[in-house]
Amino acid sequence: MNVFVKLVATEFRTAFREPVYLFFAALFPVVLIAILGAVPSFREPSAELGGLRVVDVYAGIVIALSVAMIGLQGMPTVLANYREKGILRRLATTPVRPVALLGAQLVFSAVTVVFSSVLVFAVAGIAYGVPLPESPIAFLLAVILAVSGVFAVGLLIAALAPSGKAANAIGLILFFPLMFLAGLYAPREVMPQIIQNIADYTPLAAGERLMHEAMTGHWPNLLSVTVLLGYLLVFGAAAARLFRWE
Amino acid sequence: MAVIEVKNLSKRYGDTVAVRDVSFTVESGEIFGILGPNGAGKTTTVECIAGLRTPDSGTIAVLGRDPRDRALRTEVGVQLQESELQEKLTVREALELYSAFYPDPADWRELAGDLGLDEKLNTHFGKLSGGQKQRLSIALALIGNPRIAILDELTTGLDPKARRDTWELIAGVRDRGVTLLLVTHFMEEAERLCDRIAVIDHGEVVALNTPAGLVEQTATQDQTIRFRPSAPIADVLLTGLPEVSRVSRQGDRIEVTGTGNLLHAVTSVLAVNGIVAVELRLEQATLDDAFVRLTGRATEEHSS
Repeated sequence: MNVFVKLVATEFRTAFREPVYLFFAALFPVVLIAILGAVPSFREPSAELGGLRVVDVYAGIVIALSVAMIGLQGMPTVLANYREKGILRRLATTPVRPVALLGAQLVFSAVTVVFSSVLVFAVAGIAYGVPLPESPIAFLLAVILAVSGVFAVGLLIAALAPSGKAANAIGLILFFPLMFLAGLYAPREVMPQIIQNIADYTPLAAGERLMHEAMTGHWPNLLSVTVLLGYLLVFGAAAARLFRWE
Repeated sequence: MAVIEVKNLSKRYGDTVAVRDVSFTVESGEIFGILGPNGAGKTTTVECIAGLRTPDSGTIAVLGRDPRDRALRTEVGVQLQESELQEKLTVREALELYSAFYPDPADWRELAGDLGLDEKLNTHFGKLSGGQKQRLSIALALIGNPRIAILDELTTGLDPKARRDTWELIAGVRDRGVTLLLVTHFMEEAERLCDRIAVIDHGEVVALNTPAGLVEQTATQDQTIRFRPSAPIADVLLTGLPEVSRVSRQGDRIEVTGTGNLLHAVTSVLAVNGIVAVELRLEQATLDDAFVRLTGRATEEHSS
């Protein structure tokens, strides 16, 4: 088996032995949508949401939640831990480059987001009749862009945090405002215009907007795509420049 | 043939000079020790040799190549201080994973057996004791069948039994033709294992010799022999020897101090006179003494 595949498999294996993280990363979004959908009024079409039901809108939001929990907290913490514990340094003495382990963790994280998203649509679809996105390709694109932009921010956290604990704390500090703007506590549609305008320039909200629009068959809007690619380029480049391997 | 050549290596961190003008060569098939007090620059030196740090000046060649040459990673196994693994990775998984990194790995089961890890194969890294982690670390350094193994603080954290077992293992690894570069602050380890030792202090090589050579080189103090003669013997017989500088008596015991091949000289005289030396004790300078004289500091074992 290819070494990189083995590294990815190792990431999965060790993650499965961290049930708390695995629960929050992979299962919490589906649990949340299941709870929200259980509220009868959330299953009524709402004029404020353009005729959609709250539970429909939250499908995208909980996926953004999964992206945020993994990209801003889980992944940076794991990577900062790998550095803190000298795992990256040990790898540097072998024929395998430490960047391969970083890549393996990114693959694990991205696959977990996808798994979590599939689970959300499966459960929400079966239990509450939440439809699949009208443009599945646009939705997939939205998820990829959201993951790219948010993970780039997470990588910069991993690059700068002196320890796993610090990375976790920084991720948590970013998590709440970014998640708020992405509509976790109330959908963006019900927020004042000014907040929505600010939200358009944050990675999670931009990703959530793309997912939301894909749900109703819209292709990605240029602003959100540009914002997310901007995060990917700027934060990604900064992370690549500043990442310390030891 | 030299497999590691270090010439005028210097490395500083900010204002602190970690290593200054260090030079030595390690010959193929030998066990070369780097000995020195904590903070002397030992680890910095081997990290430069392992290609993990870039020297400020000086040159290093490992198997004739730049240490940062990635092609060397299959030829050089490294055990670093304070390098952990994923908490939830089992010993078996770690060994299997790391053996997949190399084109011609050692049999990890055999290695685990040699290092006494076969009982722990299904234990998570986070649940291992310090000594077990250390042994796994050594196994991972050797798993690629390296031509050179660099081991930093090989037996720190091991109990005396495990330490001795590890020494045996290391001697066995050398017998297979692997060149070993050891960093240590344990005198006994250096004395037992190393063919040659570089003593580093304040970032500089203060002595480079065989363990016996180091002792000899620094032995300013005389050796002392104590014994009880089986029959009375005149002092003059002993003081007449060129090797002897002083003879004193304590009760029925004689203490002879001198230099050179003192023991042989004294026992020869006794033999000629038909006297047997009972309860003979030879007190010689040890590597420990040599170390203290070279660095002006007591070693870890003695100071702590």
